[in-house]
Amino acid sequence: MSLKMKKSSHHVHAVAVRLNEKLPMKQRANKFIQLTRARLLSMLLIWIVGIACVAVYIYNKMEADNMVRRREVLVSMCDQRARMLQDQFSVSVNHVHALAILVSTFHYYKSPSAIDQETFAEYTARTAFERPLMSGVAYAQRVVHSMRESFEKQHGWTINTMEKEPSPIRDEYAPVIFAQETVYYLESIDMMSGEEDRENILRARATGKAVLTNPFRLLGSHHLGVVLTFPVYNSILPSDATVEERVEASAGYLGGSFDVESLVENLLGQLAGKQAIVVTVYDITNSSDPLVMYKPEFPDGDMSLLRVSKLDFGDPFRKHEMRCRFLQPPPTPWMAINSSIGFFVICLLVGYIFYGAGIHIVKIEDDFREMQQLKVRAEAADVAKSQFLATVSHEIRTPMNGVLGMLSMLLDTNLNTNQKGYAQTAQACGKALITLINEVLDRAKIEAGKLELDAVPFDIRSNLDDILSLFSGKSTDKGIELAVFVSDKVPQILVGDPGRFRQVITNLVGNSVKFTERGHIFVQVHLAEYGKPLMDTKTEPAFRRGPEMVGVIGDGQFNTLSGYEAVDDRNSWENYMSFIANNELPSDASTNWTSDNEAGTVTLMVTVEDTGIGIPLQAQERVFTPFMQADSSTSRNYGGTGIGLSISKCLVELMGGQISFTSRPYIGSTFTFTAVLRRCEKNALNDPKGPLSEALPTCFKGMKAIIVDRKPTRGAVTMYHLRRLGIAVELANSSKGVLGAVRGQSGCLRTRNTKQPDIVLIEKDSWISSEDNGLSELDLKQFGRVTEKTKLILLGTSISNAESTKAKSAGFDETIVKPLRASMIAACLQQILGMGSKKRHGKEFPSGSSFLHSLLGGKNILVVDDNRVNRIVAAGALKKFGANVECAESGKIALSMLQLPHKFDACFMDIQMPEMDGFEVTKQIRQMENKANEQMRNAGSDGKGELHMPILAMTADVFQATHQECLKCGMDGYVSKPFEEENLYQAVSKFFESQPV
Amino acid sequence: MDVVLLQRRFSEYLTSLFNEGFLDEQFKQLQELQDENSPDFVFEVVTLFFEDSERLLNELAKALVQPSIDFQKVDAHVHQLKGSSSSIGAGRVKDVCIHFRNFCEEQNIEGCLRCMQQIKHEYSLVKNKLENLFRLEQQVIQAGG
Repeated sequence: MSLKMKKSSHHVHAVAVRLNEKLPMKQRANKFIQLTRARLLSMLLIWIVGIACVAVYIYNKMEADNMVRRREVLVSMCDQRARMLQDQFSVSVNHVHALAILVSTFHYYKSPSAIDQETFAEYTARTAFERPLMSGVAYAQRVVHSMRESFEKQHGWTINTMEKEPSPIRDEYAPVIFAQETVYYLESIDMMSGEEDRENILRARATGKAVLTNPFRLLGSHHLGVVLTFPVYNSILPSDATVEERVEASAGYLGGSFDVESLVENLLGQLAGKQAIVVTVYDITNSSDPLVMYKPEFPDGDMSLLRVSKLDFGDPFRKHEMRCRFLQPPPTPWMAINSSIGFFVICLLVGYIFYGAGIHIVKIEDDFREMQQLKVRAEAADVAKSQFLATVSHEIRTPMNGVLGMLSMLLDTNLNTNQKGYAQTAQACGKALITLINEVLDRAKIEAGKLELDAVPFDIRSNLDDILSLFSGKSTDKGIELAVFVSDKVPQILVGDPGRFRQVITNLVGNSVKFTERGHIFVQVHLAEYGKPLMDTKTEPAFRRGPEMVGVIGDGQFNTLSGYEAVDDRNSWENYMSFIANNELPSDASTNWTSDNEAGTVTLMVTVEDTGIGIPLQAQERVFTPFMQADSSTSRNYGGTGIGLSISKCLVELMGGQISFTSRPYIGSTFTFTAVLRRCEKNALNDPKGPLSEALPTCFKGMKAIIVDRKPTRGAVTMYHLRRLGIAVELANSSKGVLGAVRGQSGCLRTRNTKQPDIVLIEKDSWISSEDNGLSELDLKQFGRVTEKTKLILLGTSISNAESTKAKSAGFDETIVKPLRASMIAACLQQILGMGSKKRHGKEFPSGSSFLHSLLGGKNILVVDDNRVNRIVAAGALKKFGANVECAESGKIALSMLQLPHKFDACFMDIQMPEMDGFEVTKQIRQMENKANEQMRNAGSDGKGELHMPILAMTADVFQATHQECLKCGMDGYVSKPFEEENLYQAVSKFFESQPV
Repeated sequence: MDVVLLQRRFSEYLTSLFNEGFLDEQFKQLQELQDENSPDFVFEVVTLFFEDSERLLNELAKALVQPSIDFQKVDAHVHQLKGSSSSIGAGRVKDVCIHFRNFCEEQNIEGCLRCMQQIKHEYSLVKNKLENLFRLEQQVIQAGG
């Protein structure tokens, strides 16, 4: 045991090792997954960086566009202002020019002068609108020093400097003689005393054009301004006059001051968007030191953008420019920001969605792998569990057999009643335990796929009768009707595994018996109709089928076996009608089946119907799950492990069928299963191996019986059993009819069969109810007297002693307690009809060693085994039963001893032998025999039977495969090694039974 | 000594052998085979078993020290031993043989060697026990039982 356990633990270890081998693969897979995860993350990051770049690019692009537009606006605004300034300036300059010409024309060319101060002032005042930019104009005459005195005298004032002081002596002077009213204060002031003006005057008379001063603060307004000076010549000069000529010809200078500041302000004030830009005007004659001509009091404004526009005020010597800036910094580019951020966010979300999806996929794959591994582990664990279960059950069986053996030995000893009771209880418990273990082992074997089905011919009817007899005690105790019905269409002999077939039915019937307290259990076997989908009703709840489906007969009882309502997934009433109708056919209908199906297979449909507590609806789904009973209270009330149905299901599936059920709580359950069995070859029926089952006595052939039963179903069952005995049966609804039929013997019988019935079988409840209906005991007695030959039999599920006595006194010859079996009925009939049943008694098994003794006594038997000890033990065992034993220690020796003719009646052969194994030896023996048979046939001596020495394999292993191989190579059977009496008996009886003892 | 006492001791000893699993059902059957025709049947068979087993054990020991073990040969020997031990009902030896054969099938040298040790051990145990048993039986017979 401990070794076995070690072995199984070793096996578990092996499973673990296998799992460990898978681990590196798992790790590799994990690595792969992580790699993908990391890759996904980096892809997401790259994506984010990428879209961030794109967003920035978009922002920059829009920003740049904005800037370009802004710059364009600035440029256009700046240029516009510069142009306007320039235009207005040049208009003024032109007018001053005109004034200069006026002065030269009317002051110098006319003599006397047509202009005096008043004229000038008035004229200039009235034309001031022409010079909006100029605060005022004045005319200064050129006075050389030599002429100063005469000049001063002429005008009556001295020439003053700018500071209003009498001018110092100079080469020449330029005192103002005419002045506009606005600049009247300039009269008498020598313009050459101011540095700026002097330079201006010199330059003006040299060029003959208008010249401008640097910007400076004007005397009156303190605004920044420039002075414009025009030369006035006393003669008209040619355009190409030299500087000297010009200086010589110059007579005076017309000057005017531009108030640039107010000028520009005016100008800007006229233009819209004045606030938008900051304008500065510079004199850049000296480019390194630009002089401000106009500067607003506003701050610098936006320094980022600058537009410089050139100004041309008509003085080629001086250069001016206008610088424009936006007052306000550029507005925040919300559009660009929003667009880029929006883009970024959307792309980020899209990226994240993809990332999420990727991660999800990876996770699912990861999970999937994990699940797969878990599945592998679970399956391994399941296999290990099954193996463990198989091993353990097997191991438990061994000591349990020991326990049981010891108990049976103990029971053989002298025990007092108490001790015997204890020992018997222990033995019963042990047997129950062994049964349970066998079930578990079966289950484990099925799971491991190790269970193989036999294929031997068997009689399904007697098989079912046997099952019924197993449960007869229980059903009688409970008073429930237990019956079996096999359709006539089902062949007599079928090839299959009777043990397993029986196991399934036993299980189902056992369950039914367990859960049924009243009513009936009815086992039916029919041929499944071909092509009809049998299992379409599989889990359909039974309550969907209305009660109208179940035939209800007159007195409110259901037309079932016991009258209780039963659940059936077929229309039971029609079903019964059809099989009753079938029974009307000649009973040799069984010949039909041989012709109708060439395939050689028969699909049987077996239903086990009960009227028990049914299966709760919520439990119906897991009925076939191992170890599941309907609910836990069930096992408390009724016991059992719940393994049976799952085994049945497996077995049924092994037999090529399906199992299903319908059940209604408190109504009952009907289990239906199909099984595919093979037909038996006709010639195989005459198998020399002897009868497959107890043959039913044939002495009742030709008899006639009448069954009195109000319930057609139950009557049909009784009829079925009687017909198996070869008895012609009529079914009567009530006893009155029967009596009528029997009494009016003469000719007016309603039956075509004029023969008087030999037997009348009356159901107990029919009898009792007929008593109530006025069929008195007297009538029965009378009836009994009239029909002396006719035997009356009372049938009942449970008949108490009192009832039995009463029945006897009422004229019944015998009572039969159900469940009915053909053999039982036969025995009963033999008894009451006084027929001898010696034949049957002769067949009673003289079981055990005495019978073996009679079988083997005096037989010559050869034992072939290479193992000395085995040989001697086998020989000893056989000798004990009276056989003459010879031994051979190898296959070759055995062959030589078995050269024809030989004296041996049988040979026990070890399979595993060196040199030549048992299979080989058997083959050779069979070859020899075949050859001899051939010769004999040729010689025409057919008097003697063919040579066929029984060869039995001795084998220690119990594998099905080995057994089949034994049969395949020509052996006749096998015995386990070491010998067990029963086993030996079973094997040996096949050959020697027919031979005279 | 008292015959009844001896007999009881004999049967107790036998029962203990069954209980400890040294012997199984088969030995009982072997005893049943013993009758007037072959009064020493059990003893003969068991002696045969001893001879056989010792020969097999020697062969096994030899086979297992080979540099390359011929598992088929070992398996054949163990099979023989298993057969004879199950025939006389030496259950524990038989069980070890079954394991031994499994290891042979797997070609598991370590397992085989371990089983070899176990077999030797079990064999010597059962031999000892059986010899004791026969001694007791002899005593019973000598005492006139």
